[in-house]
Amino acid sequence: MTLDMVPKNSSARVVAVESDEGHNLRLMEMGLVPGAPVRMVKTAPLGDPLQVCVRNYDLALRRAEAKSVVVCLDEK
Amino acid sequence: MIAKNLRVSVEAQCLCGENGRENFTTEARRSTETLKLVKSGNYQYFHAKCMSALLETKQPVEAAGPLHLEKQLTVVVAGNPNAGKTSLFNALTGLRQKVANYPGVTVERKTGDWALDDRIPPASLIDLPGLYSLNPTSLDEQIARDVLLGRQPGLADPDVTIVVVDATNPVRNLYLATQLIETERPVVIALTMFDLAERSGLKINVRKLSAELGVPVIPVVAKQRIGLDDLARAVLKVNREHHIGRGNIPTVREGSVWAPNEAFGDRNPANRQTNLIRRYAMIERIVSEAVDVKNDGRTRISERIDRVVTHRIFGPVILLLVMLFVFQAIFSWASLPMTLIDSVFTGLADLVRAHLPASILTDLLADGIIAGVGGVLAFLPQILLLFFFISLLEDSGYMARAAFLMDRLMRAVGLHGKAFVPLLSSFACAVPGIMATRTIEHPKDRITTIMIAPFMSCSARLPIYTLVIAALFSGKTVLGFISLGAVIIMAMYLFGILAAILVALVMKRTVLKAPPTSFVMELPPYRLPDARNVGHALLSRCSIFLRKAGTVILAMSILFWALAAFPRASSAPLPLGEGKGERDLAVTQALTPSLSQRERANQIQNSFAGRAGRFIEPVIAPLGFDWKIGVGLISSFAARETIISTLNIVYNVGDDSANKSSLVGAMRNARRADGSRVWTPLTGLSLILFFLLACQCMSTVAIVRRETNSWRWPLFMVSYMLVLAYVVSLITYQGGLLLGFA
Repeated sequence: MTLDMVPKNSSARVVAVESDEGHNLRLMEMGLVPGAPVRMVKTAPLGDPLQVCVRNYDLALRRAEAKSVVVCLDEK
Repeated sequence: MIAKNLRVSVEAQCLCGENGRENFTTEARRSTETLKLVKSGNYQYFHAKCMSALLETKQPVEAAGPLHLEKQLTVVVAGNPNAGKTSLFNALTGLRQKVANYPGVTVERKTGDWALDDRIPPASLIDLPGLYSLNPTSLDEQIARDVLLGRQPGLADPDVTIVVVDATNPVRNLYLATQLIETERPVVIALTMFDLAERSGLKINVRKLSAELGVPVIPVVAKQRIGLDDLARAVLKVNREHHIGRGNIPTVREGSVWAPNEAFGDRNPANRQTNLIRRYAMIERIVSEAVDVKNDGRTRISERIDRVVTHRIFGPVILLLVMLFVFQAIFSWASLPMTLIDSVFTGLADLVRAHLPASILTDLLADGIIAGVGGVLAFLPQILLLFFFISLLEDSGYMARAAFLMDRLMRAVGLHGKAFVPLLSSFACAVPGIMATRTIEHPKDRITTIMIAPFMSCSARLPIYTLVIAALFSGKTVLGFISLGAVIIMAMYLFGILAAILVALVMKRTVLKAPPTSFVMELPPYRLPDARNVGHALLSRCSIFLRKAGTVILAMSILFWALAAFPRASSAPLPLGEGKGERDLAVTQALTPSLSQRERANQIQNSFAGRAGRFIEPVIAPLGFDWKIGVGLISSFAARETIISTLNIVYNVGDDSANKSSLVGAMRNARRADGSRVWTPLTGLSLILFFLLACQCMSTVAIVRRETNSWRWPLFMVSYMLVLAYVVSLITYQGGLLLGFA
């Protein structure tokens, strides 16, 4: 699954970040590297962008950007 | 209390360590200040908790030793956005700082003098824009990287780089720090926010971290000036010994993670990804060695605040209330000091006129220079208020939330969420609004926002709206109870927004076409804004406005004065010929005969502005305007509200702008050559639409020139807005005539 599908307040781990011509390198530089734990905090009132918590800080990103982050949901 | 005092003084002694007597005295003085803070309350927690932790692991920094400097040291401060870089810069330089632009771009270049040691001249300290990595994604980051790597033309390779690392988020912050260490440059790490880190359960072993990274790590609290002397000593030491990181980080030469061409834009994304992952693995290992994580499972305070502030329903409501408050403040609170400035300068001009012999020089001084300076200063209250609120919103972390809430809406017109606040501020005045677009990183997004900001119906348009409504639409209602005037004003605001949306959509597809920009943005933790930083921000905004835009505005207002003052009219009434002018002059002169007023009317009719008004009459006639409105239009390019005083003069009703009723009467009585009224409701509508859409404001032009660093964009803005205004007014007037409205 991808990061935009993670339900609110659920945690996941980054598996891979699809990088098209280096566009999404910034996502990785911000800490979303494979293996990093990430938690969905919330979506903005209009459903986009998303707020996730990664490496002890809050990151906002658009749904389209979150689609390129492949994650696997943590088991409860 | 005694025990506490003792503790603080012991800490002060530890802090100054083995650095000799002079340092001891400064530290002792500081410890008295510290004591005051302890007594005042809140400081206690921080002190007890963090200082002990800090002192346990602090690496002793040796005294500076012999100092041999051939040249002034250049030190740069780099770091992630929101890491506390600017606070540190302000604490190190105080008020000795300069703000300018990097050549050719609008990225701000902040430099200041930092007194490292009494024995040497102060170092030149450069505060870079925040950056996350040496692979830039915005212009700000690109400039920051170029300065760091010594590639910025005109700037020497920095001698020492201070990397500010936010202790609450060591992994991500060390990403940039390790990139810099690997380039084999002298680096000192300033560790900020370690009190907050401690509170959130991160215990950092500074000595271990320093050993792993191979560079000095100095914990600092900029606000309390803790660690600043240590930082100075570490910078001097690193510079003297050309100390280069040799910890457990492989440098470029040793085949580092940082492939040398990484920063030059390695074409192969796969390579860059591999490097990136390797670097994070290395940092994670270092951090796991040096940082003890004790997560007590408590929800972070920021997240709890966010539950309300970015709530599905409360979030937008709070944003609306906050912006309403800011808007109200610049709209109404600023009006009192603005009136004050205005009356002071009007009084000054009167004084000059009264005490100097009537001559062209007196006129220049009174109407050109004094009025011009007053016009420039009148913007300051709005700029100060808006930037006061903006720095509060920025420093507290709310600005990022506002962008988060508004991004979906703004994206619909191709803009970034951050464009919301500048655009809303432009409803009061486009000048501070355009200055506020600096928060938007992507240049094309920023220019689009600047280009549409003047469509937000600003407060200078209200006088002309109300004049036209009073003259032509007063007493009329819609649906029996809503005043037509209110509906018209409301429609103007909405139509301005509509025009802005359409223009933004067109521009993002044509002249400002760009690949979709990303929104990846940190939501920084909520923090209490620091009064000192807010003060610095206000000071630099005002000085930039006065130096860069104020001078242009002053020059333009003198130019506009000259257009209305030359050539000088003879005292006899001029043969206006053309038949049109004489008639309504006769009507209005009969209403309010006054010699000096007639002289003034003659003067403006005969001036370049008056001649230009008549010259453009054939062009503006299809919009329903006669030459007198033309003179008003030309003079209003100085500032929109000027049209009222110009109309007062050309309609010969005295120079008192407050005397609106006589102007209204003159407007109602004005006739064309064929005896029909000049001012029909259709003319009025056409005129206010023209005022809504045309960029008749030299201050806006001046600030766009300053903010885009070229004359290209302001000229483009004036031209396209003029064309748009003309076309819309033309369609309104001619369409109205076709539909049978008179």
